[in-house]
Formats: sequence, C-alpha cells, structure tokens
Amino acid sequence: MKFGVIIFPGSNCDHDAYWVISEVAKQPVTFLWHDSPDLQGCDAIIVPGGFAYGDYLRTGAIAKFSPVMESVRKFATDGGLVLGICNGFQILCEAGLLPGALLRNAGLKYVCKPVHIRVESTNTPYTQQLSKGEVLEIPIGHMEGNYFCDERTLAELKEQERIVFRYTTPSGEVTAEANPNGSLENIAGVCNAGRNVLGMMPHPERASEPELGMTDGAKVFHSLVSAMVEK
Amino acid sequence: MNSVESAPSLAQEPTLTPEVLRDHGISAEEYDRLLKSLGREPTFTELGIFSVMWSEHCSYKSSRVHLKRLPTHSRRVLQGPGENAGIIDIGDGWACAFKIESHNHPSFIEPFQGAATGVGGILRDIFTMGARPVAIMDSLRFGPITPQPGLDQATLHKNHSVLEGVVSGVASYGNCFGVPNVGGEVKFESCYSGNPLVNAFALGLVRRDQIFYAKAAGEGNPVIYVGSKTGRDGIHGATMASEEFSEESEAKRPNVQVGDPFLEKLLLEACLEAMQTGAIIGIQDMGAAGLTCSTCEMGGRGGVGLEIELDLVPQRETGMTPYEIMLSESQERMLLVAENGREDEVFRVFQKWGLDAVTIGRVIGQPAMRVLEHGKVVAEIPNAALTDDAPLYRRPLERWEPPVPREVPDNISLGQKSEFTDELKRLLASPNICSKRWVFQQYDSMVQINTVEGPGGEGGVIRVKGTQRGLAMALDGNARWCYLDPKLGAMHAVAESARNVACTGATPIAATNCLNFGNPEKPHIMWQFSQTIDGITKACEELETPITGGNVSFYNETLGEGIYPTPVMGVVGILEDVHTAVGPHFRQAGRAVVVLRGSEPGDAADVEAEFGSSEYAKEILGQVWGFPPSLELQQEAALQKAIVQIITAGLVDSAKDCSEGGVAATLAECGFARGIGAQVDLSSYGLVPEFVLFGEDASRILISCDPENVERIQQIAVQFGLAADRIGNTVSDQVEIQVDGTTVAAASVSELREAWASALERALHVETEERLVPAALQKS
Repeated sequence: MKFGVIIFPGSNCDHDAYWVISEVAKQPVTFLWHDSPDLQGCDAIIVPGGFAYGDYLRTGAIAKFSPVMESVRKFATDGGLVLGICNGFQILCEAGLLPGALLRNAGLKYVCKPVHIRVESTNTPYTQQLSKGEVLEIPIGHMEGNYFCDERTLAELKEQERIVFRYTTPSGEVTAEANPNGSLENIAGVCNAGRNVLGMMPHPERASEPELGMTDGAKVFHSLVSAMVEK
Repeated sequence: MNSVESAPSLAQEPTLTPEVLRDHGISAEEYDRLLKSLGREPTFTELGIFSVMWSEHCSYKSSRVHLKRLPTHSRRVLQGPGENAGIIDIGDGWACAFKIESHNHPSFIEPFQGAATGVGGILRDIFTMGARPVAIMDSLRFGPITPQPGLDQATLHKNHSVLEGVVSGVASYGNCFGVPNVGGEVKFESCYSGNPLVNAFALGLVRRDQIFYAKAAGEGNPVIYVGSKTGRDGIHGATMASEEFSEESEAKRPNVQVGDPFLEKLLLEACLEAMQTGAIIGIQDMGAAGLTCSTCEMGGRGGVGLEIELDLVPQRETGMTPYEIMLSESQERMLLVAENGREDEVFRVFQKWGLDAVTIGRVIGQPAMRVLEHGKVVAEIPNAALTDDAPLYRRPLERWEPPVPREVPDNISLGQKSEFTDELKRLLASPNICSKRWVFQQYDSMVQINTVEGPGGEGGVIRVKGTQRGLAMALDGNARWCYLDPKLGAMHAVAESARNVACTGATPIAATNCLNFGNPEKPHIMWQFSQTIDGITKACEELETPITGGNVSFYNETLGEGIYPTPVMGVVGILEDVHTAVGPHFRQAGRAVVVLRGSEPGDAADVEAEFGSSEYAKEILGQVWGFPPSLELQQEAALQKAIVQIITAGLVDSAKDCSEGGVAATLAECGFARGIGAQVDLSSYGLVPEFVLFGEDASRILISCDPENVERIQQIAVQFGLAADRIGNTVSDQVEIQVDGTTVAAASVSELREAWASALERALHVETEERLVPAALQKS
C-alpha cells in the first residue's frame, strides 16, 4: 500500500505527514509534486497542512487549480482514499470534494493548541478502528478553521452521518467553550458521500508519537491502514 | 559583461553638499576617511554604499573593540561570530546553526511588518548556511500595558497596538514559513514605551559536512541573484537603525520593508535543494544594506571581488537608480556564487520553485565591488574600504549611577505583614509574570513535529529526528537588573538563560547575544555597554557557553530618552537522550517539593538592598532600589551540572528555576498546567517573610519528585557543594505556604490560576478564551 503526500508551494506539514506514514504507520510513502498529474500509483493521498500559495487569496483557492488536483478529483470520484488535514481540508472544500467552507476563526486570530475532538462516525476508513463517542486529544493550528455550510448541506451531513469529528470538552461534551474557532455545530471534520474523502482541521500527525506528548492522532492513521488491508 | 570604463560615471547624480553628507549620517571625519580610502571623491551611489556599510548597524564601529573580549571558542564551536550565523557540533554528524538579531526600530514604526521581517531576516541567516530552520523564539519588550502613574492614555493605547502588531507579525511570518515557535519572553517596562524591542532567534540543523559559507571564490564564476525582485522598500533601513527616534520617525515608514513569508518558504526549499547540486560555492542573504552588503562581504571574505550589472537585477519598479537598487532592503533575496558552467543546474531548481534566478555578474580577481549600469561603472570600491577599514571608535566611557536609592527607602516598611495571599495573586497577575498564552497561542509551536517542550515553559526542547538527541534553548535577560548594575545584570542574563536550558535536562553549550542599548555617543551608555560585555564574558567563560554570534542594536532612544541597557541572551543546550527531558509543571499530587540551591541567603542588609530589584518591589511596593541579587558563578555552574545529572538519572518529575516573583510565584506557576497545588514550609533564616516568599536570589531550582528520590538528590547536591532542601509536598488543589510553621499565603490553585491566566487578555481588553466566540457569531 503506497501513500502519496502532495507538495504545493507553501505546504509546510508535508514532511510531517510523510514522517508519520513512514515511521509510525510503517507504510511506503512518496511525495507528489503539485505540477504533475501523476499520482504514481498511490493507494491513498494526503493533502497536507500549510499555506499553499501563501493563502494570500482565500485558502485553497489557487491550489485547487494545480494539475495534481485534477487527478486527485478523478481518484476520489473513483473511490480513492484522500485525507485533507488543515490546509488540506480547506483545499478539498475549495475543490468541491467536500461540502462547506472554512472561514476565519471567530476569534480572528491564529490558534495553536491541543483540543479534544469526539468521534461522531466510525463508518469511514479513517475511524473504523475507533469507537463512536471516543474523545481524542489532537492539536489544531490554523487561522481559518471555522467550518460553515448551508442548512440543507448540514441536514444532509447529519442524515448521512458525515460529520466525523466534533470539538468537545475532554469528557466529550459539545459546548461553546470547547469550540476553538466558531465552527458550525463544533464540526472539526467531515467526509464526502462516498466516505472515502475526509477533511479535518486538527493535525493527527502532530499527535502520533509519545515523545511529543500526544498519541491519539496515530489512531487515525492505523485505522486507515487497517481499512486498506481489509479492502 | 560590457566593457568597463576606468572612472565611474557621474552623470545626473546629486552633488555632495554637507547637507547630503549629514543626511547619510557621515560625519566630517568619516568623510575624510572615506576620501583617503577611496583616493577620490565618491559618486552619489558610492556615498550611499559607504553610508550603509559604515552605519553602526552594519559596521559595529562603536562596539567592535568591546566585542573582541567575548569568549568565542570551544571544542564544539565550528563557526564563531563573523558569518551569517554561529554553528556548533551536536554529534552524530549533525551541526546546529543559530543566532539572535534585533528588529527594534522597524517594529516601532510599523509593528506588524517590522516584526515579520525580523523573523524573516533571522531565518535567512540560518538557511543561508545550509541549515533547515527547526525552531524560532522571540524576546519582546514593550511599554506598560496597564494604567499607571505618569502614563498617558495615548501612550498606553500605542503600547497595546505595538504589542498586538508585533505578535501578529511574528505569528504571520513564522506560521506561514512553517517553523515552530518554541519559547522566548515578553516583558514590560516604561522605558520601552517609545522603543519596543523585537529580538528574533532562529536555530537550524545541518549535516556537519554540508555547511555553506558566505564566501566568493574563483575568478570568472557567475554571481547569481535569486528570490524576490528589488523594489524601493527599505532604502536606508540600516541607517535608520543607527539613529535615535524623533517626532519625524513616523515619516520613515517607507524605510520599513514588507515581508512575504510564502516567498521565503519557496526560497528556503529552493536554496537547500540547489545546495545539493554541488554547483554553489558561496551564498549570502540580502538583509541589512541589501545588495551592497552581500556584494562586498562575499568578495571580502574570499579575497576576491564581485562585479555586477544592475540592468540584470530583477526589479519590481521601473526607473530605479543605481543608488536605489544598491540600497534597497527588499526582503527574500539571496546572492550566490556558482561554479562556472553549472549555472543551469542552479537555475533549474529555482525555476521548479517558481523563483527568479539570474546571473548578474562575475567574480573578479581585484578585491573590490564593481557596480555597472548599462555597462558603465557607477561604483567601484575596494572591499576593505567598506569592511575592514570602516571607522572603529573607542568611544569615551563614563561610569553611571542610576537615579534610584541604593538602600531601602524610608517610606517602605517590610516585615510588618503576616498575610500575603493577595500580594501573591497580584504578582501572578502582573504583566511580567502572568501567562503569555494570548501571545504564544498565536504562534504555530508544533509544525515539523519535533516539539517536546513548547512555549510557556522554561526552555523550548526539540528532538533531532533520526537520533536520540534533543536540543534545548532559552532566551533571557533582566533589563531592570542591568539598569541597576550592567555587569552583574548581564551575568544574570547568561546564568538564567543557561539555567533554563539546564532545567530541561540539557547541558548548555553555546550562546548568542542581542545587545540593545541607547546612543553610544553618550559616554554613560558606552560604559553600560562595556560593563555588559565584561559581565557576559565572565559568565560565559565560567558556564562554558561561548558566544557564536549575535547582534548589537544601539540608538534605542526616543526624544533623548534611552532604554534600560538590555542584553538578551540565547543559550542552546544538548540532551543526549531527549526522552529524559522534563518540563516545569508538577505532574501529580503526593510528590516531594525540593529547592536545589547554590547560594546561602546573605545577611539582612544585603538582602534588603537586593530586594529592591525584584518584581515585588516594582509591582507591589511601586518602587525600585538597590542592586540585583548577588551571583556566584562557580556555584551557578555547579547547580547547572547537578540539575542535569539529577534529571538525566530520571530522579525528578519537573524542574523550574526560581526567578521573578521568588519561590512563592514559582510554586504557584508549577501547578497551573495540571491544577496541582503544594504545601510547603520555608525557613526564614531570620529574614522578613517578603524576602522569603518573593526574593529573587539567584541559583535556585524548584523540583518535584518521588519522595523516595529525595535522598539521592541530596547526595548529588552535596557532591556539587549545593543544598537540596525538601520544603514540602504537592497536593491536589491548594497552594499553602508557611514560613517557620506559620501560614502566610493560602489559596486554591484555580483562584491563583485565574489571576495569572487572564491578566494579559484583561489588560488588552480582548476576549478571554472562555468568550473566544462572541455571542453574536454563535451559529449553533
């Protein structure tokens, strides 16, 4: 099983995702250059965090036009696994692979800190090994993480159990205080209708090794790998 | 290259009147020196080049004679001062490049861009050497942000906006570039109202055998310009940084550069990739004095010259004069010398990253910078005239006494009270001690997934991937102590910074310094500077942390009012096994609390005089007097060695040095992260409770550990000639402090934490975390 991590100009969590796939999930991994449509036969694609094209325009607004994204779109439509983290989530929303948009944080400032998220659906390859209601401690680091979508989309997301993570208190309660950025209904991650594309604002790759003090993020990668093995 | 004429063209250039010279900050004596050095009258462009290269900022003309006294060698130092950054050997084939630099003047004029480009500049200094930046920290100093006597509303609001702008600027640049901000300090004093300090530190990793230097070589080799186009921004930034501020300074906003962290990120990746081709001989960033500085310094270091044609320089604007192109401080630019015939290998890499890379000149045998425009020479100056022959001043020194009493003032009565809970709360909420979470939460502290200890602790700790090792780093400086006694204050800055590193379990191995002072033409300022160098020298020698580089910032004065002498020390240390690192926070209740200390309390008169320099004296008593605490460097060195041994042996849960706010504030702070309190009984040794609780004696570390380890810790302490007093235990949720068996302060952890955690937000009138999402924006 081969993973591909996309590098856009300005990606800065690309090496982090690569490291965790290779050293923690112990899977083969390669970098994919934004300018090439070649996905090199990868079985799963990570769209990493960072500031693609500097985020000077709306986040992800330029990255979605990269040649690699055309291939990612086809790959995803055919059921390929695509995980967007932070800026990657923003790019997937812009590219139309996920619904909704990430607005400026309600506090108007960049926020970097560990948060708690609750697993809302285990019916995705990324969470199938987790338990529903399980609370993970994973850090965020973003300026635009305030998830928003229209009412119809929200109803659809709920109905299809496509809200995958919500920000909660350490004990798993959805409260305003636990919401770090003003996201609609504390949404921290959503998947597409095919459940093969996941976008999440928290950084699981930052919480995957005991040396760094948090390990819950590794569960997402392990779950993904086990789903790929079963497939 | 086109043919070169023998004499520089003088067409259409302003004549050099005394006013022109004055505007360029060139004195009459300096102009004589310039004429001698050049052997003729300079052109206007040449005058501009001399003015930036001979500015205080670039030439260190007032400080060089003193800086020579600093210790700069050890077996680990691979590169000392004089390059873009210092480099030390950290083992396993790895080396680490690090440096601190000031960006004070631009940050006052335009806080966001000034701070952002300060971060950008120091990052370039690191990756120019082939090192990937892996951590940054900042030492920030501002005027008061809470109302106080003598502070008008306008200044208070200005201080708020400078703080907000600087923090946003640091965040914006570092976050986008993708380097974790792992620590630093934020301090407040009245003297920084018109003159904030922004000192940016960066650290990078490089393989020992892949270090690059800013040195040109090989006649005929191409000189290649890469990165951002040159614009009219930042012209005379270096000269601006070499003047005092006046009411007209706001008009100098165009002198401040504008940063583009996205472009710098591309430049980083492209430079590191291009270095791998083996086609690059030397490389230097264009920071202060831009193209001028990189051209003459790279030639100077290599004993050759650089000839450049300005028509080939990528330009953002049309109609730029040679003067403007040479003096522009546009950001995110690099100059490199490549091997002749291998240019295309370099170009290919930069094209891949979408960056400009063009050959603008050649290396020449003659040791001079030669600048052409349309094939005509517009400037030709020997390298040495700009660097080695720059003016060197032994400025007069005059001993200075701060205008404060040296003994306890009559209106201060100590030892009258027996209850200090309220004072402890107020101290925890004071701007210098309170939580800086509002600041560091805006910084990405975790990108690159190496951060073991992030901001908010003692020192930052990162792991070195692929090895067992870790690197610890800390920034420190107590300017009020330097104001009272510059030499002793500077010794404390080194000692505390190194102590913070040692408290993580790392052995301090090298240091960098950022020296922020007033106008060096005033003898008392120069005396403060000289004393500071003596103090740093003494402490760095004793603690075995040589200086590998740094920066001097003079002229930190506004309307003739100088800042406190403010040396900021950055110390870097190595952890042989990063898994042994500890943080400052108590981990659980029921552990022993021990104070490891190097010094015995002094006699009552000394302690009284020293208490006047404490945060308690300033914040609670509203007065400053006396001297900084005394410091025995041998004891300090022993203390640091002991704590490293104790931590490496796995004997403690946490370690934190007792500094601002004394034992009482330190005890409370240790418990905030996990909501753990402590019950302790301190011996007074016959001193009044204020000194026992809030005194800031040097060389003390507060430890929490398994009670069973206390004896072994005490044995190690004795071996090093230190004391380790068990003062009490951690408990679940209460801080209770007794002195000689009588309770003098008691409160719940949450009550103390509330005072400490929200003080900065309250002062800035911004939303606290709990109200981060304004009700109006709540959508659910």
